[in-house]
Amino acid sequence: MAKAYQRTYTRLQAITKATVSLEANGVSNDELATVNGKLAQVVKTKGDLVTLQVFSGTEGVPTNAEVSFQGAPPTLKVSDQLSGRFFNAYGKPIDGGPEVEGEEREVGGPSVNPYKRRQPSELIPTGIAGIDLNNTLVSGQKIPFFADPDQPYNKVMADVALRADVDKIILGGMGLSNDDYLFFRHEFESAGALDKIVSFVNTTEEPPVERLLIPDMALAAAEYFAVDKNEKVLVLLTDMTLYADALCIVSNRMDQIPSKDSMPGSLYSDLAKIYEKAVQLPDGGSITIIAVTTLNDGDITHAIPDNTGYITEGQLFLRADSDSGKVIVDPFRSLSRLKQLVQGKKTREDHSQVMNASVRLYADAQNAKTKLENGFDLSDYDLRCLDYAKEYATRLLSIDVNITIEQMLDTAWEIFAKYFSPTETGIKQVLIDKYWKN
Amino acid sequence: MNTTGKVTGIVSNLVTVTIDGPVAENELCYINLAGTNLLAEVIKVTGDKASVQVFESTRGLKGGDKVEFLGRMLEVSLGPGLLSSIYDGLQNDLTTMTGVFLQRGEYTAALDNKKIWEFTPIATVGDKVVAADWLGEVKEGWLPHKIMVPFSFKGEYTIKSIAPAGEYTIEETIAVLVDAEGEEHNVSMVQRWPVKVAVKGYKEKPRPQKIMETGVRVIDTFNPIAEGGTGFIPGPFGCGKTVLQHAIAKQAEADVIVMAACGERANEVVEIFTEFPKLIDPHTGRHLMERTTIICNTSNMPVAAREASVYTAMTICEYYRAMGLKCLLLADSTSRWAQALREMSNRMEELPGADAFPVDLSAIISNFYSRAGMVVLNNGQTGAITFIGTVSPAGGNLKEPVTESTKKAARCFYALEQNRADQKRYPAVNPIDSYSKYLEYPEIIEFLNNKIEKNWTEKVHAAKNLVRRGKEMADQINILGDDGVPMSYHEAFWKSELIDGAFLQQDAFDAIDALCPIERQKAMLDLIMQICQKEFKFEDFEELRKHFKEIINILRQMNYSEFEGPKYKDYEQKLHKLLS
Repeated sequence: MAKAYQRTYTRLQAITKATVSLEANGVSNDELATVNGKLAQVVKTKGDLVTLQVFSGTEGVPTNAEVSFQGAPPTLKVSDQLSGRFFNAYGKPIDGGPEVEGEEREVGGPSVNPYKRRQPSELIPTGIAGIDLNNTLVSGQKIPFFADPDQPYNKVMADVALRADVDKIILGGMGLSNDDYLFFRHEFESAGALDKIVSFVNTTEEPPVERLLIPDMALAAAEYFAVDKNEKVLVLLTDMTLYADALCIVSNRMDQIPSKDSMPGSLYSDLAKIYEKAVQLPDGGSITIIAVTTLNDGDITHAIPDNTGYITEGQLFLRADSDSGKVIVDPFRSLSRLKQLVQGKKTREDHSQVMNASVRLYADAQNAKTKLENGFDLSDYDLRCLDYAKEYATRLLSIDVNITIEQMLDTAWEIFAKYFSPTETGIKQVLIDKYWKN
Repeated sequence: MNTTGKVTGIVSNLVTVTIDGPVAENELCYINLAGTNLLAEVIKVTGDKASVQVFESTRGLKGGDKVEFLGRMLEVSLGPGLLSSIYDGLQNDLTTMTGVFLQRGEYTAALDNKKIWEFTPIATVGDKVVAADWLGEVKEGWLPHKIMVPFSFKGEYTIKSIAPAGEYTIEETIAVLVDAEGEEHNVSMVQRWPVKVAVKGYKEKPRPQKIMETGVRVIDTFNPIAEGGTGFIPGPFGCGKTVLQHAIAKQAEADVIVMAACGERANEVVEIFTEFPKLIDPHTGRHLMERTTIICNTSNMPVAAREASVYTAMTICEYYRAMGLKCLLLADSTSRWAQALREMSNRMEELPGADAFPVDLSAIISNFYSRAGMVVLNNGQTGAITFIGTVSPAGGNLKEPVTESTKKAARCFYALEQNRADQKRYPAVNPIDSYSKYLEYPEIIEFLNNKIEKNWTEKVHAAKNLVRRGKEMADQINILGDDGVPMSYHEAFWKSELIDGAFLQQDAFDAIDALCPIERQKAMLDLIMQICQKEFKFEDFEELRKHFKEIINILRQMNYSEFEGPKYKDYEQKLHKLLS
């Protein structure tokens, strides 16, 4: 990108692990530059002193490094040639293929006017009852998996993506291990779906600050397909905790006062800018975001999952269940805020009542379990609850389930009838009359 | 001539400007970015440097870019046409913007200056008037919209002329007023007011006199909010803050509702303007949107405008209050507003208070809450602003600065609880921790005595006490085991479960149960309290549990049925049979 007005400087005033500062004129905010060939971005201007965040880290950058400004913020070339390709954080191919030709667009662009949005209303079935039955996904939604690092979240996410009825899948991988990167590649290739997938990947082998570019790149590609081509796009972002960690590194190097859990005070806005790109557009295109936020020992009160939870439209909480010996989508901690837009409207009328009753009874089973652990006698009802919980977890909550929503509802009614009387479920009488299995 | 300046520093949306003349705190300026004007507000001045927060993205801004100060603070336009509008935090009309994406520097007019309004004068020539006095009226849909003496007018004026009944646009002069010095002032239907200054122009601000019905049982009966009162709803994410707030917006007894979506999800705003035009106001039978104004600064919109959005919303409420109307302001969420303050304070490198929030957070919050309230206008009529804010405490922990500061300012506290939400006991308002200070007001007790029945508050306290007792019993049962406690413990526990299951829980998505008028709440509470006064003679706690589960189930079915309809009566009969 050698341009005529490119300005070059060779005297750095300060260097930290992630940033360099120098005196320069006429530099614009967010503009890209190279520092001895390493890509950097302007994050602060104070008088003539400009601070740049160097994406690949400042190892080996000398005080006389050559800094040249490029006069523009980060961009991505967009066209149909993106399909089936793998890129790094800068949008450069890493699959050995040619560079993409197309229109050059700024990444991290403006937000959609809320008035121009449409209400999400299309169901995205995944076959997993813990999601479809209890936490139904809707196109235009943004929802993360909350999972400990030992949970198979990338596998579940790949399953969901490949089963979902969408036109494009965009993977934004941040701090993926090389093994996980190859896993995604293999999954996508063997599903024969490669032509509808675009991937932007930053692995753990690459510098952490580079990750900051991944969501913007992935979403710029998503906006191209959703806005220009009116396609249904599913964006997968994994792992957003590592993204937030990178934000933390940069703000720390810029001497900002940290707020909770040493995260920058702007964490909420930073994450919201990404997640709010999820949208149902007026002309039929949509962007749905499924992300992964890894937790530390299930702690959702940490600033990263906490802020995420306030931004996203629910969360899917994975945990290992000892009753069934499987990984389940926890019905208590999981939530899809948009589920009522499709439940009973795009699905059977009994959906929401069945869901609520099954979770309520599962809560009773948890109480019974507490009693058991405290060494108390269990009542007949408690015992039935425990049996119910085991079957419910195995046949419905487990992530290896793959059935239709109709089948999920029928299964639930079957299990209700096996362990409970109609009154004990507390379901509306009209539905009991229609669906109760004698 | 206005002060001008040059950009000398940029960190995200905080820009430092070197100035060549006087500027005021909170004064607005335009920063010229390659021909596009970006609006910004002065938040700090040091020597010849002003720190301004920019209401837009600063991408591409350069040192040396030109700045022009406007000599005024952030203002809103007040006049007919505010209702049913959808604005951003700076009162730009979102519906008249062109592209799908928000373009930087695209500012749209808040009110339509071409629209014709049917004006009728109220005041007459020769009348002495002061700020906020009514000059005339236009029909804004169904609402009698008063045209007032602008709030900014100081002292007494005499009406020299007033326009006859007829059709006018908002910018035409409808009255000429003469001040004490004999100078003439033209008044049109639109006036401007700086959002960060509270609108006065009323005679007094008495204590609240009555409650505002919301149709939500746990609020109206257990912790009622007064008309002109303040309340807040803190809760971790996923506990139903937004669902509860939307329920209040749909059902509350108010003339005008302003919803400030402050740093929240865009899809929630979409839900409002998709559903409200279809929904009917249960009190008047009109479309909900006809009484609603939406101020929308979603979480991805510029952070400085988020701070402005709550003030914009409050000012619009104050305007309608001055017409003698009952307004309800809902802000979701005030924590995002506080976070916007924190981001700016942080960028200005101020010494931080708790959790890196600015030290004056508490003062800012209580100052804002104090703008709500009931007022007696100069002409003796009353108007009110009821304000309910949500708070999103970090990590769901209520010991954090925003919750603590708000607790000092608001009179009602609706604590949403994770545990209740996990068990799908919605609304997840904790019945024991939540409170309404208004239940202690003699005026309100008197009002409830007249409106519902004598000694109503005592009945409410009795019900609350049963819930509290049930909770204690549940703890005992958990420690000692089902067999380790006397039957009376089980009975007390199940009586509290009865109140919880049949009264406190309410299905916001059920057409009938969602809205429970106060008469129905009374009928239900009476029924439940009758059952609770009974002594049950069961030998076995299993039998007792079964019996209560049946009672609860029947009462829930009643909640789902039309009040006093045939189905309701059927269930009532069933209940009496079961109890006899």
